[in-house]
Order: sequence, then structure tokens, then C-alpha cells
Amino acid sequence: MVAAKDAGRAASDTRPPESSEPAKTGQSGGAASPAEIHAPAANSPQFTREEDLHAYHEMLLIRRFEEKAGQLYGMGLIGGFCHLYIGQEAVVIGMQMASVDGDQVITGYRDHGHMLACGMDPKGVMAELTGRRGGYSRGKGGSMHMFSREKQFFGGHGIVGAQVSLGTGLAFADAYKKNGNVSLTYMGDGAANQGQVYESFNMAQLWKLPVVYVIENNRYAMGTSVARASAQTDFSRRGISFGIPGEQVDGMDVRTVREAATRAIEHARSGEGPYILEMQTYRYRGHSMSDPAKYRTKDEVSKMREEHDPIEMVRKRLIEMHGVPEADLKTTDAKVRETVNESAEFATHDPEPDPSELWTDILLEARA
Amino acid sequence: MATDILMPALSPTMEEGKLSKWLKNEGDAVKSGDVLAEIETDKATMEVEAIDEGILAKILIAEGTEGVKVNTPIAVIAAEGEDVSAAAAGGGAPKADAPAQAAPAPDMQAEGQAERPAPSAKTADDAPKAPAAPATITNKAPAPVMAEFPEGTEMVTTTVREALRDAMAEEMRRDDAVFVMGEEVAEYQGAYKITQGLLQEFGARRVVDTPITEHGFAGIGVGAAFTGLRPIVEFMTFNFAMQAIDHIINSAAKTLYMSGGQLGCPIVFRGPNGAAARVGAQHSHDYSAWYSNVPGLKVIAPYTASDAKGLLKAAIRDPNPIIFLENEILYGQSFPVPKLDDFVLPIGKARVHRTGKDVTIVSFSIGMTYALKAAQALAEEGIEAEVIDLRTLRPMDTETVVESVKKTGRCVTVEEGFPQSGIGAEISARLMVDAFDYLDAPVLRVTGKDVPMPYAANLEKLALPNVAEVIEAVKAVCYR
Repeated sequence: MVAAKDAGRAASDTRPPESSEPAKTGQSGGAASPAEIHAPAANSPQFTREEDLHAYHEMLLIRRFEEKAGQLYGMGLIGGFCHLYIGQEAVVIGMQMASVDGDQVITGYRDHGHMLACGMDPKGVMAELTGRRGGYSRGKGGSMHMFSREKQFFGGHGIVGAQVSLGTGLAFADAYKKNGNVSLTYMGDGAANQGQVYESFNMAQLWKLPVVYVIENNRYAMGTSVARASAQTDFSRRGISFGIPGEQVDGMDVRTVREAATRAIEHARSGEGPYILEMQTYRYRGHSMSDPAKYRTKDEVSKMREEHDPIEMVRKRLIEMHGVPEADLKTTDAKVRETVNESAEFATHDPEPDPSELWTDILLEARA
Repeated sequence: MATDILMPALSPTMEEGKLSKWLKNEGDAVKSGDVLAEIETDKATMEVEAIDEGILAKILIAEGTEGVKVNTPIAVIAAEGEDVSAAAAGGGAPKADAPAQAAPAPDMQAEGQAERPAPSAKTADDAPKAPAAPATITNKAPAPVMAEFPEGTEMVTTTVREALRDAMAEEMRRDDAVFVMGEEVAEYQGAYKITQGLLQEFGARRVVDTPITEHGFAGIGVGAAFTGLRPIVEFMTFNFAMQAIDHIINSAAKTLYMSGGQLGCPIVFRGPNGAAARVGAQHSHDYSAWYSNVPGLKVIAPYTASDAKGLLKAAIRDPNPIIFLENEILYGQSFPVPKLDDFVLPIGKARVHRTGKDVTIVSFSIGMTYALKAAQALAEEGIEAEVIDLRTLRPMDTETVVESVKKTGRCVTVEEGFPQSGIGAEISARLMVDAFDYLDAPVLRVTGKDVPMPYAANLEKLALPNVAEVIEAVKAVCYR
């Protein structure tokens, strides 16, 4: 059975469906400041040196990649919409550290980080952003629509909330095939208000589908704060009427993310059904590149960056707790920059798709 | 006053049924609510209740009788104090008196009749033909113009309903990745009994009852298809697929393209489309043109049981998202279906259903019933119409239509959908490009009227196309 794949790593105390009390501050008004929500956990789970090094590298890759994407967008090399993941890196990396090969990932349009976390080639991702033939979708999908069957990354979806039903369908297939995989289905706090999310919750619990719903609460759906859009701002409680357990997680600390993810994934994989993780996180950049930045203060953003940056937290630990020489981290930084620069180089010089590509990939040939 | 008990209709489209059992005998006293008899169709069974007190004076239809037409008097109840034998003698008397059963309202029953009341009918042909009962409408094997199975193949008379079920069952036996999901597909045996028996054969893993949640389960189906499973998603009707259209269009149809060919979506969305009878605007919409507008989808709308079977099997095997538009009124109609182990038809091929030299009539699905009746009537007037059944709307087999028009020089399209941006509009545009020099008259379209479907029987009849309109259009393009 599946659990064996992950033996020894999963905490076995799955919370009973009823106990969906928030793990941390349960605020119903939603007016709590980010600092309150992201107060450092007193008893954060610890990472080994290797785990922290891994997390550092993975998160830094996303950060640098997104910064570069922002630059290329400013240069007019990336078109359309471009939603950056900067600030939220710990969520997807912590989740991936708790998953195993074969588990599927699906998300909405803020998807570059998820692709890199799944091991997709930064060159292919960046070239898709620039609409080149070497992109994952051969230039036909763009920022919001990329996929990798090989890496079990199922998109990249531009319709807010659609990925939740689709991700539940991935879990349906896992249950149908009895393959022991789990579907990690991400959505934002905005998507969490879509009707199909609850249709999916209902069926997932009804059929005990192996799916973990990861609600990345970055506090703003475009420019609408959670408190202005949600009657229930504690997203971990959104599954209560279906009996789906949930918890709030400090999504800025990769360790707490990994710990909660391990619990949730084990729950799903063992046949107990879906699990909801509300990741309390924060996006530093605008919703997309054309964000007016009028809906929150600069102070709020800088406070988060200074006090809760997921990457800085790990960097500090590596130096202070694990005794990693700063020079080593600089080497890592340089390597990551090189990888990202290579991807940008590729993405700016790779040719656009051949015009004949206009007419391909509309339908598959039926097998004889 | 004696009251006739009439054969009730179980559904708006029921035309006849079996009187399976009498639970009261002649001479029995009955009171309101007593169950008098049981009736059944291929879809369901129902109890007939008395709505009045009295004596069951006479049973007019013996139990076990099959094919009892809706609204046929089946028994007579004598009122209290009335002479029972006199009442019995008067059995079958004016039925205007309260139909005495718990059946749907009388107007619904009327819908089940072979011909709807035609208050404004100008000619017999004008009456829009709700299909007659299977026994009378069984379509004679039209010699298939395009040989799609070996000559001499044994033909089995099959309803469209059975053909669809057989197609699914055969494909489910063939491939474990195929499963059916939707509302009432399993334990209820299908809202229209298309999935009858599948649960018993394949079990709950592969025949999945969903909650009433089209948006959600369409998305789940698409997600499952992304992994290589082959879902058949049944919509109770395509009207309800509006709740799910985002997943059909944005998720199913576009992902292959958006993924650069990586992520196919082998899924079939199927269910009844278009008008049934007397169910109003929200249950009568014909979405043929909508889906046929979308690249990344294939759209099939069969008329005969043979096409329904061969094309549904092809659809299930196809690696692309398929919209399979059925028609509730056709479900009960019978056609010859070739008895073959594996009868699969090509998607995207029209069929010349009837050959002719004077005019080409192009239609599909239930539109074919108008087209064929018109062709028959026209033949008696010396106009030989070639009738083409498109069968697949996307990709559309323009070639077969163009070839025919090159021969006839004239074309009329027939569909129940709305006129604007409809299938007929598309055919007309294509003919203008591909057969302009061959056309001797403008292409005319016979369509549903440009109004939401009304409920009233007379208005509904007016909203749908009819045989007379087809005849009129053909004569117009023939300048006769």
C-alpha cells in the first residue's frame, strides 16, 4: 500500500474529521495583522541540515526565477498576465518535501513556483513565459497554462477555482486505479469562494478521495482582502460541513508547512479522504504585473518581508544553527542565479513557434 | 355519472405502456387513493390510483396487455348509487370528464399521443410530429447508401436507448479505463434508462452516481481524463450542462492545445439535447450550434439507433473530448442495428440517408424526422429529395453535402435549434464558398423559431420546425 512509500516520515496522528479547530489564531473577523498571524511558532518542527539546505535552494530558485520573470516582463519579453509567487515559496516547497513521486500537483494561474518545485526545467518554463517553441506548451499556453505529464504537474489553470474540481478528478483517478497517489490541489483564498470548490469537497469526502486541498491564503484576491470577500475567513474551517479536517498553517515557515503536509498527505493516502490546509502566506508583489498597489500599505509589505521572509528564515538557521559557512550559501546563490540566467538567455533566444504550430494540438489522432 | 379511467403517462414523452396488473376486480368498491392497477414502460413502473369513490364497473383492458396508448380508457368507475351495469355498458364514453388517475395532467398525456393537438394546423403535414410510438414508427431499414457493414449482416431491431446502452456496455467490457458517471446513472438505472443494467454488470466503481452537482462532476471527469481514464459523463439533459460548460470548454477542449499536445482529454459528455415535450424553455434548448463552435471538441448528434451505437463506441475510444448529443424523443424509436461483435462508425462522416436528384435536405438528430417525412411527401409530388444526415457536427462533413449539392443545385437545412449562428447558417456559408457555382437557389434554413421554448402545447408546436415548413422551403428553392 501507499503508506509504505512514505513510511517513517509521516506523523500518524491524523486529526479526526471533527477537530478542525484552527491550529493557530482563529480569527473570524479577519482583521488580524499579518504579524499576528505569522507570529513565530513556539515549537517549530526542526529540519536537518540537509533538509534546510534543500529548502533553501528550492525556494531561492523560485525567488530568483520570479524576479527574473518580472524583469523580462518589464522588458516586454513576457506578454499578457504574469502572476509572481514571490513571498509564498515556503508553501509549495514544504508541500513537495512531504510528497512522493507519483503524487500529482495542480494549481491556478500563480503557477511558476509549483512547476519549479515539481522539478520542471526552468528553461522550459521561462521559454513558455516568453512564448517560444522550447516552452513547456511550445509557446501555446503561456504563464497560466503549463503542464508536465512526466512531472505529474497538471497545470496551470486560468479559470479561478477550476483546478479544484480537476484536482479532485486526479484524486478520483488515483482511487479508481488504486495507485496510492495523492492529488495536491492548490487554490488561493479568492478561489476558495467559488461554488465548485464545495461541490468538489462534497464528492471528495463522499468518496474518500486522496486529495489534499492547499488553500494559499495570501490575504488578497487580486485587491480584495480576505475580510472583504469572505464571511468565514478561517479557511481551514471551510470543509466542516462535509466533515473534512483542516488546519491553519504558518505558510511562511517551510518546516511547519512540511509537518502539516505530511499529516495531511498521510491522511489522504491512507484512504481517510480529503484534508484542507490553509497556508497563511503573503505575496510581496502585486496580483499581476499591472497591480495598482492601492489596497495595502507599503509598511505591511515591508514588515512581512523583513520579519517573515521564508528564505531569510532558512538562511539564518543554516548559518546560526547548522553552522553552514556564508561562503557556501553564496555559492548556492550564484548557482541559482546562473540557472535562472541560463533560462532567461534560452527564453530570449529560442525562436517563436513555427507558424504551422497554429494548427497542431487541437485534436489527437484517433488510434486505428 | 360513470368515469373512465384513462391510461396515464409516466413522462412527458411516454406514448404507450403495458398494463401489467389489476389490483381490483370488477365490482369492487374503490375510494380515492386506492391503487387500481400497475402500469409499466421500458423506463419505469407506476401505480394507477382512483381519484373518486365508486364501484369498479368494468375493466376495459386486460392485465398483461402491452402497447396500451396513453389516454386509452382502461376501466370504468360507477358513481355511488349509479347502476353499475349501465355504467359498464357506457364504458369508453366521453372522456372529457375528469381523467381519474394520479397521472400527470391531461395536457401532458396529450403530449404522449402520436400527434399533438394541432389547433392551428393548416394541413396534416403541418402538425409537428412528436414521434409516433415505436411499434408504428419502427423505421424500415433504409438501404444504407454508404455501406458501413458487410452485406448480408443480420439486422436487429433496436431502440436508440438500447443501442446507447449496448455501446457503453461493450466499451466498458473492452476497457477498464471506461466508466460512467452522472446523476442517477447507477441505482436508478438512468433518468432516461440509458444506463440500464450497467451497475449490475460493472459495479459501483465504474458506474458512479453523483450528487446533483454538474460543475463539480464535470470537472472531476475532466481531471480523471487527464490521467488517461475514459469517463463517460452523463448529463441528465444538456440544459444542465450549462452549469458545467466552463469545464467542457475551458478545461476539456482547450488543454491539449494549451499544453502543446501533452495533455489529452479522452472524455465523452453525453445526454439528451434539445426539446422533449412540454418541459418549457429551461429544459428544451438545443445546444448543437454552441458546441459545434468550439475547436478542441468533436460533436456528434445521431438520428438512428445504428448510428447512435457505432458513433458512441467510436466516441468512447476517441482520445478527444466528445459532445454526444442525444434526443429524448428518439430514445424509444427503433431502427435496425447490424448484429456485429464490434460495430464502430467513423466520426466526422455524414450519411446519405435517402438519394434524390432535385434538392438536398441536410439535417441531423431529430431534425431527420421532419426531413424524411417531407422527402416522402415531396416524392409524391414528383420532387426527389436527397436527405443527408450529418451525424457529426464537428468536424463537419462538408464534402458529402457539397457533392450532393453539385448534383441537385439546391439545399434546405433542417434543425430544431435557433436560426442565428445555427448549423444551417454554417452549412449555408460553406456552400456559398464551396458550391457557389452549383447553387440554383439560395440555401434555405428550417429551424426552431427565435424564441425561448414556450410551454403551452400550441405555442410549443409553433416554436418547433415542422414537416410543412420543410416542404415549403424545398418548393421555394425548387421554384415550385
